[in-house]
Amino acid sequence: MPTYTDMTRCDGCGQCVDICPSDIMHIDPVYRRSYNIEPNFCWECYSCVKACPQHAIDVRGYADFAPLGHKVRVVRDEESAAIFWKIKYRDGRVKEFTFPIRTTPWGSIRAPSDYEAPHPNDLASPMLAHEPMALKVETLPRLPALKKQQV
Amino acid sequence: MALRSPGKTKFVDADILVIGGGFAGCGAAYESRYWGRDLKIVVAEKANIQRSGAVAHGLSAINCYMGMQWGENQPEDHVRYARGDLMGLVREDLVFDIARHVDATVHKFEEWGLPIMKDPKTGHYLREGKWQIMIHGESYKPIVAEAAHKSASEVHNRIMVTHLLMDTARPNRVAGAVGFSVRSGDFYVFRAKAVIVSAGGASHIYRPRAIGEGTGRTWYAPWSSASAYGLLIPTGAKMIQMENKIVLTRFKDGYGPVGAWFLLLKSYATNAYGENYEISRFDEIKSLVGEYAEIKPMPTCLRNHAMLEEMKAGRGPILMHTQECLDTREKEEIGWEDFLDMTIGQAVVWASQNIDPKERPSELTTSEPYVMGSHATCSGAWASGPEDCAPDDYQWGYNRMTTVEGLFGAGDTIGGSAHKFSSGSFTEGRLAGKAAVKYVMDLNGAAPQVDEAEIATLKEKIFKPLETYRVGRNEIVAGTVAPGYLLPLHGLQRLEKLMDEYVGGYSTFYVTNEPLLSRGLELLTMLKEDLDQVGAENLHQLQRAWELSHRVLTAEAVARHTLFREETRWPGYYYRADHPKLDDAEWHVFTASEYDGQTGEWRMSKLPVHHIVE
Repeated sequence: MPTYTDMTRCDGCGQCVDICPSDIMHIDPVYRRSYNIEPNFCWECYSCVKACPQHAIDVRGYADFAPLGHKVRVVRDEESAAIFWKIKYRDGRVKEFTFPIRTTPWGSIRAPSDYEAPHPNDLASPMLAHEPMALKVETLPRLPALKKQQV
Repeated sequence: MALRSPGKTKFVDADILVIGGGFAGCGAAYESRYWGRDLKIVVAEKANIQRSGAVAHGLSAINCYMGMQWGENQPEDHVRYARGDLMGLVREDLVFDIARHVDATVHKFEEWGLPIMKDPKTGHYLREGKWQIMIHGESYKPIVAEAAHKSASEVHNRIMVTHLLMDTARPNRVAGAVGFSVRSGDFYVFRAKAVIVSAGGASHIYRPRAIGEGTGRTWYAPWSSASAYGLLIPTGAKMIQMENKIVLTRFKDGYGPVGAWFLLLKSYATNAYGENYEISRFDEIKSLVGEYAEIKPMPTCLRNHAMLEEMKAGRGPILMHTQECLDTREKEEIGWEDFLDMTIGQAVVWASQNIDPKERPSELTTSEPYVMGSHATCSGAWASGPEDCAPDDYQWGYNRMTTVEGLFGAGDTIGGSAHKFSSGSFTEGRLAGKAAVKYVMDLNGAAPQVDEAEIATLKEKIFKPLETYRVGRNEIVAGTVAPGYLLPLHGLQRLEKLMDEYVGGYSTFYVTNEPLLSRGLELLTMLKEDLDQVGAENLHQLQRAWELSHRVLTAEAVARHTLFREETRWPGYYYRADHPKLDDAEWHVFTASEYDGQTGEWRMSKLPVHHIVE
């Protein structure tokens, strides 16, 4: 389902250009609006659809196997931390789904440098950051010890 | 976009350079910052790390989680599982190392805000299968990218890294990388004490099943352009198991995943006549691979094999009976979210073809082959293992360092450590990140030396396709056919066709042999020569040109390794028709290659498989 841009809705802001993992959403130099320059490199990831502030980008299923007449529309709302899907079938049936996307405020992740600096000697240990606490078991498993327990 | 002459040269100095900001790269950035508080950590990313890599549009499950806190699995169990699935050949030290750390990674993801589904009865994470847990993962990548942004000193988006740089003062030591900005056209020279390659594996080296627009809907992302290998191979880094490509059983055309359907929703697949073909084909499979057929669960490749034989026998299409399991609204939501979180195209296939999974089954088929190191497959660089549990010959200093000094890898880059998936790739990035910090500290300030003349040569080489196009374009009126250049898409299509026909793609039912491989290599050599004449109309096409270059070199490695391994180890992934059986006496080994960038020669060898878990 390659993407396409609605001529009347797009205001040429370039958010889709900025986010596209495949670098295929470009601004048309004549109309100053975005378009999909390489549908055959479009993974239908919807990154641009979700990012578009004007809801100007939609998809039309890949011509080589998707019959016409369908819609898979989405609104992703970071404020309410939810994503809303509306699926319209070729024969007119409609399905709607809502799923959560995040449980914490955006930007709230604690940087690794905000934690107390590890002791330089620990650089030589096999332990990674926040271990063993983050493992939620007492110690980091090691092979020989585990072997004995298991056998 | 009009073309300008090559842009300015920009130098970026770093202690640690991370190439590729997918899951592995984000893990590398996070962990190197934790241990290296004062280091300069730079991430170079081809797209935008907010939505880049294989998890760009999200995931519906985390496929690698032990659940040690609830005694669900131990790391050794995971080693046995990965080893069985890969028909005996994995780097058990690397798999164990990821498995013992991965729970901490997943707990961090949850703390950061990733919604993980819970089992209402136990309060534990909701299991999809023994190793998988279900998530609401639409924003999985933006969440992880937020952590990486807070870790890296600088994130450079839209930089296509084309080559690694080697130290002129010390042989076999990395010194950085070069590439260009796909937006400004500036030439970037990264000079770094340690480099972590966490770029993507290879989609689009085999002809996809779709023929038009749908070629974008490959199983692995079309932007996974084999840079994980294309960057490393020219340095002479030792690569392993490049023949161990993966073929996926997926919902037809949309490539929707099948895991949640089989494991969580308890759906099942049959041939067109309702027969369970895996059971009836068991004896035949055993005659090919012996006791490996009895591994539980049955290795992925063998399940593919059973399906392929069934299709060859004219009993397709293979059907997933979704209608038998979606008996509640909750299950229907799980089924749909599985696709909407990670393979939206499959939802479009259903909507467009009027398929309601509650009412009728859906077709399954096998994909074109892919080469990568993070899924149920092992291709990638030969890397040093963890200090405390790697056998001596798997260990030469720093965890996840390749055979090139200062050059680390994670995710698709590292060979032998299958079944990492998203959480394991992030974890492997963390392992590489910590080791790289230690390497930089041990260096004690000794910065690498780069050769000015080499940089100038590379700059000319990298931007040459723009010049080739500009000159060649004058010879023709309009259109895509010109005597003076080949467009990147032309080269890609030639690559995909020849790999498909000679190196075991879907059109031959994944079958090849020595004469086919030799002929394929002959044609590949000519394609490699023709890469000198690739023409790029603009910076976007210049990115495509260098992606093609990484893919072609990777494809050659695949063909060489496939030729070298004279057995059929993974029926269902590919077949050597001239050596149709598994041969443990000769081939219970890793295949390895070293490429000589000067002569173009490949040195093949065998490396031992050590079993450190009984």
